[in-house]
Amino acid sequence: MALLKMKFSQQRRVRLAQGLWLLSWLAVMCGALIFCLGVYLKIELLRRDEVMENTEIHVVPNLLMMVGLASIGANWVASRVCQDSLDASRFPRWRILLLGWYAVAVLLCCLLLAVVVLSYALQGRLEESLKVGLRNGIRFYKDTDVPGRCFQKETIDRLQMEFRCCGNNNFKDWFEVQWVSNRYLDFTSQEVKDRIRSNVDGRYLLDGVPFSCCNPASPRPCLQNQLTDSRAHYNYEYQSEELNLYSRGCRQALTDYYMGLMNSTGPGVLSVILIQMAVVMRYLQTAVEGAMALESPEGESEGYILEKDVKATYADVKAKALDLLKFAQVDPASEAAGAEEGEKADKATEKVATTAA
Amino acid sequence: MAVGKITFTKTEREKLAEVLWLLNWISVVTGAILFGLGLFLKIEIQKWQEVMSEQGILYVPHMLITTGLAACGINYVGSKICLDCADTNKFLRWKLVMMPYIVCTFFFTACVLAGALMCYSIRSQLEEALYLGLRNTMRFYKDTDTPGRCYLKKTLDLLQIQFQCCGNTDYRDWFQIQWISSRYLDMTNSAVVDRVRSNVEGKYLMDSVPFSCCSTLSSRPCIQHNLSNPGAHAHYDEQSQQLNLWRRGCQQALLDHYTGTMQSIGLTVLLIWLFELLVLTGVRYLQTAMENVIRLGDPDSESEGWILENSLAETACYNFSIIKTLGKCYQVDDDPNINVPTAAADQEAPSAQVQVNVTS
Repeated sequence: MALLKMKFSQQRRVRLAQGLWLLSWLAVMCGALIFCLGVYLKIELLRRDEVMENTEIHVVPNLLMMVGLASIGANWVASRVCQDSLDASRFPRWRILLLGWYAVAVLLCCLLLAVVVLSYALQGRLEESLKVGLRNGIRFYKDTDVPGRCFQKETIDRLQMEFRCCGNNNFKDWFEVQWVSNRYLDFTSQEVKDRIRSNVDGRYLLDGVPFSCCNPASPRPCLQNQLTDSRAHYNYEYQSEELNLYSRGCRQALTDYYMGLMNSTGPGVLSVILIQMAVVMRYLQTAVEGAMALESPEGESEGYILEKDVKATYADVKAKALDLLKFAQVDPASEAAGAEEGEKADKATEKVATTAA
Repeated sequence: MAVGKITFTKTEREKLAEVLWLLNWISVVTGAILFGLGLFLKIEIQKWQEVMSEQGILYVPHMLITTGLAACGINYVGSKICLDCADTNKFLRWKLVMMPYIVCTFFFTACVLAGALMCYSIRSQLEEALYLGLRNTMRFYKDTDTPGRCYLKKTLDLLQIQFQCCGNTDYRDWFQIQWISSRYLDMTNSAVVDRVRSNVEGKYLMDSVPFSCCSTLSSRPCIQHNLSNPGAHAHYDEQSQQLNLWRRGCQQALLDHYTGTMQSIGLTVLLIWLFELLVLTGVRYLQTAMENVIRLGDPDSESEGWILENSLAETACYNFSIIKTLGKCYQVDDDPNINVPTAAADQEAPSAQVQVNVTS
């Protein structure tokens, strides 16, 4: 009692092969797209390498690239199988490979699902990595004369302007860091001396932000200094001012950006196509094999997913697996029979010996 | 004495027709490319149209778009014609259309050349438009509460950030306009009132620039205020001053950007023009060769093809005389039967009065 049996005439087999061939080329395109998505994601992650502390998140684009390449190869093989399926002389050589192909298709589907799951699961790690990276970037903003850190200022400025964000969580992160280097401070000024003395660590902290936090959409020219003091600027209310600076933090902005890239529907679409292809391929394989077994190859044949129903197939597979495991063991029944025969043979030789003697 | 005479055998004519069919299809593709280039240029100009004073320069992309569409149409028709031209019978169908088609293609090719030359000659007009446009935008920078001008601040800030430029020609252009709106100025403050009074027109001018002029390449936090007085800032030396703000003016930056774009587009259009000229020449040879074959009567014989039947001077004279006679069609012509006073008219006998005797 086969599972989901369908009858296929020659015409339908031809249509099935053609449809599957088209589907396999569609899957090749999707595979190429997935590969390109992986490459693009990797490049985008590498561009912002300086504000990320670790590279754990790179496993997602690496997987996407691998799966893309593998699916291009597997689906190209599938299209070759379809081309050869209607030719009785060429199909048999693909029969052996088909079992492997099913395994590869299932593996690719699992990997794609893993990519989708990973991209959600690694969001926390990405945020952690960005948090530490941005914190360091903001801390070293002023160190434009220290080798190894001299481009932090430019990196952070460009990042804030491009992603329209300010600071790590929000603009107040800049109040806790000295972002003006000592070499640009006038130590003869009373105001500077007071500010430094009022701080425990001797740092020059101000309630101001760099120019890259300024929002061009604000109706008034940007206010960067004395932000917490509503009286320092005319017609300015610290609590209610929203448009002056970017309100979003850079960690949130970057996380949203990368999540948006990773959660695109590509992997989902490709896995759906692969599953459909596996099912149709199985039908095609069984229908063609049935046709080849018939006396008239142009006649009707049956196609199915499994030869027997699920329980029977499972029992079959289990028996086969146990057989494979058993072949190394010694069989006790046959040993007993062998021992008896050995004894009989000894007795026979004894008899012969005694008669001879 | 024909111009560019070449003899074609039957196979050569057929081959020419096939090659021209292919070239016409390629020309359809290049026509689509031309259309795409025009569209791209139009979008690029419209991105920053708020900082340009008049939209006169939009005629360049419009010209490219129309010639691109015309190219697709004309070359599609041409491919159909060339496919039929290999066979003398089918050619007769197109015989009357060929000459107008070639004249149309000639004018259209001239338009493509005009489009290419326009791309190169637009620079001075663009310079003027950008100067006036930027000056106005800077003047209206503070008017974020006036309808129609409320987005100019954002546009100008984004322009200065993206193109890494400041002001019209220089950052000092910002010193000459009031870019802080009066509604953010504390008129009770004596410093503010002094500054406003010291200016002839009552404008609040400062030696400061907006934040979008700040350079990301500077190694120190941006200095936006008191720019004419370097001593007011600690350790503000010559090198810091060079790196602090963007040095380039936005007029120069935008001019370079658009000139670069239009030069590459102009080069591509010139190449397309050369290709079209090649196709036009081929079609003309095919037309004349086929007409000569028909004139000779034998479809398998050799025939000659040329660009012009007589030399250039004779063709020009011939065409001029055609145009002259076209103009004369409503004037008196040489028909001998009209309005010539004949000698016989004078001798015409007057009609004799016939006396009828009424006999009663």
